[in-house]
Amino acid sequence: MQKYTFNALLAVGALVLVLMAHTGHMDLYIQSVLMLMGMNIILATSLNLVNGYMGEFSCGHAGFMCVGAYVSSVITVILFTKDRVFGPPLLDPSLAIWFFPVAVLVGGVAAALVGLVVALPSFKTRGDYLAIITLAVNYMVISAIENIDVIGGPRGFSGMKRVINSMHDVADIPWMLVWVLLGTAFSVWILRRFVASTYGKGIIAICQDEVAAEIMSVNTNKMKLIAFMLSSGVAGIAGGLFAHAYGYVNPQSFNILKSTECMVMVYLGGMGSMSGAVLAAVLFTMLIEALRFGIPALDGVMHTIGLLPDSYEISQVWKWVIIPLVLILLMQFRPEGILGNKELSDVFPRLRRFYSFK
Amino acid sequence: MEILIQNIINALQFGSFYALIAVGYTLVYGVLLLINFAHGDIFMVGAYIAFFVATFFLGEYGIISPGALSGMTVLMLSIPLTMLLTSCVGVTLERIAYRPLRNKGAHRLYVVITALMCGLILENGNLALLGASRKKFPELIDKAVWTLGDISVTNLKVAVIFTAIAVFMLLHFIVTKTKIGMAMRGISYDKFAIPLMGIPVNTIIVFTFILGSGFAGLAGFMFAMSYPILEPYMGALIGWKAFIAAVVGGIGDIRGAFLGGFLLGFIEIGVVAVFPSTLRDLLAFSVLLLILWWKPTGLFGVAKTTKI
Repeated sequence: MQKYTFNALLAVGALVLVLMAHTGHMDLYIQSVLMLMGMNIILATSLNLVNGYMGEFSCGHAGFMCVGAYVSSVITVILFTKDRVFGPPLLDPSLAIWFFPVAVLVGGVAAALVGLVVALPSFKTRGDYLAIITLAVNYMVISAIENIDVIGGPRGFSGMKRVINSMHDVADIPWMLVWVLLGTAFSVWILRRFVASTYGKGIIAICQDEVAAEIMSVNTNKMKLIAFMLSSGVAGIAGGLFAHAYGYVNPQSFNILKSTECMVMVYLGGMGSMSGAVLAAVLFTMLIEALRFGIPALDGVMHTIGLLPDSYEISQVWKWVIIPLVLILLMQFRPEGILGNKELSDVFPRLRRFYSFK
Repeated sequence: MEILIQNIINALQFGSFYALIAVGYTLVYGVLLLINFAHGDIFMVGAYIAFFVATFFLGEYGIISPGALSGMTVLMLSIPLTMLLTSCVGVTLERIAYRPLRNKGAHRLYVVITALMCGLILENGNLALLGASRKKFPELIDKAVWTLGDISVTNLKVAVIFTAIAVFMLLHFIVTKTKIGMAMRGISYDKFAIPLMGIPVNTIIVFTFILGSGFAGLAGFMFAMSYPILEPYMGALIGWKAFIAAVVGGIGDIRGAFLGGFLLGFIEIGVVAVFPSTLRDLLAFSVLLLILWWKPTGLFGVAKTTKI
């Protein structure tokens, strides 16, 4: 039974979090930070599949997230709410608890299909040229959604809050937190299963040497197709959760800055390390939230000791100076990231006794 | 017919901006195989430097009395100074961010990430220091509109187009005819053998950054004169687009950068002429994607064979 200690701890931890949120011992801010953490874990691990394990440079991950967010929220809004554009609900709103995961998964499938746009050119193209294609796809997705007026165009799309409210009418538990926890567990599980399988080792083989992998009977084109589609599909799941957690999406919230955030997490954690990506996502979210309070505090201190003129305030913009600076310093002094390409269990071999992910 | 020619002139003007920025990407890539993602933001910094230099010469800060210099003199003084200061920014980035990594022999992906982060720092550092209020670039020369039949051209547009062509000729000359250009091509060919030939690699790399950033500064100056509103994120989109143009042309090739830049200009103006202007980015990127699909290494790029 010792083998399952860690898994059981995770499950108990998730249960405790949900209970605390339910009984009101955890305020909404902490809940939203937790949800953001979960989504960041999904994004980091899924991008890690392409950027870390496969060694490609995809810099348009937020585009796939955008597809997932829009597709799943349009589905739930059409099915379960009375909308100004889409009319009355097609299904009974109380069914939302059963169909919500399906809608999020459909969003993921749609994102995976968009991932084909990147996957197909990757057969012939590698490296910098492929990076450009992913970048262009990110811009194209945003630009395409801004041009579809039915779903709000550049104004964004809302109405997902009503879906969540109808779930609360059925049973009053913190639904979004539950979904994000489940989604995170599912995504990490599926990615881990894929990478750890004999079949998934083909991806690591492509990273090492594509020609050699081809000779050793790895179907490189198929592996690339799977890797890109899986990665973008899981990003789509993160997008669906994101859209429902905030109740509002805007195409510009999935721009290149969001993609950069995903990359920061992957390279902070270490390329090709699942636990590193999870760790980095948690740390990164905490860093961002810490800066939210740290910057005004610093501003206050600087003004009281008179180092800054009254006319100047340290604003939240500095957050986006500090985060890149952290990554630049990381690249200078520990370019392989927190864990390198090792897993946590390689660094602490005794951990292996306490978990079993199959 | 008149509309067509008018659109061609507009496309040439936009293409000139893209080409001038794309050339910076391509020069650095050609020598170091590094995508200098900060280049779009160096362009933005160039535009801001142009703003401060021009207002300085116009007497904004009280050192030179206002109105002492004529607009043309200010222009002639500001352009070289802007190019010089912008290339200082580029070289500083190279010295403090890229060179230490290169000396450690880090994987080039890490250098690319560093470049991306440097770009973000330039953007947001600018926003944090100078505030979100937009800057209005002063008008230096009187706008002259030349009309020929129904076609009207401003002197600024003509100047932009001719500058781009002149820069192309100059760079092409430097890269193909001079010794330093030969060294630049040599480094991209074999960076291990070149130092053995007694060529100072780091000097050549600094020179490359001077060239690339200097022309980004020039592009920033021209852009600020044509569209006189400056904001910190102006370099992001235009920089990414210019980068895509450079890749489509075949990154590492000067001709490719110019061809790609002008191609992007023509596609964008062509799309706006036919479709609603909101579709501009979508269709422009789709066309570029198709070109890359058809020729994966760009129009002038040379496919590398993988040796086993």
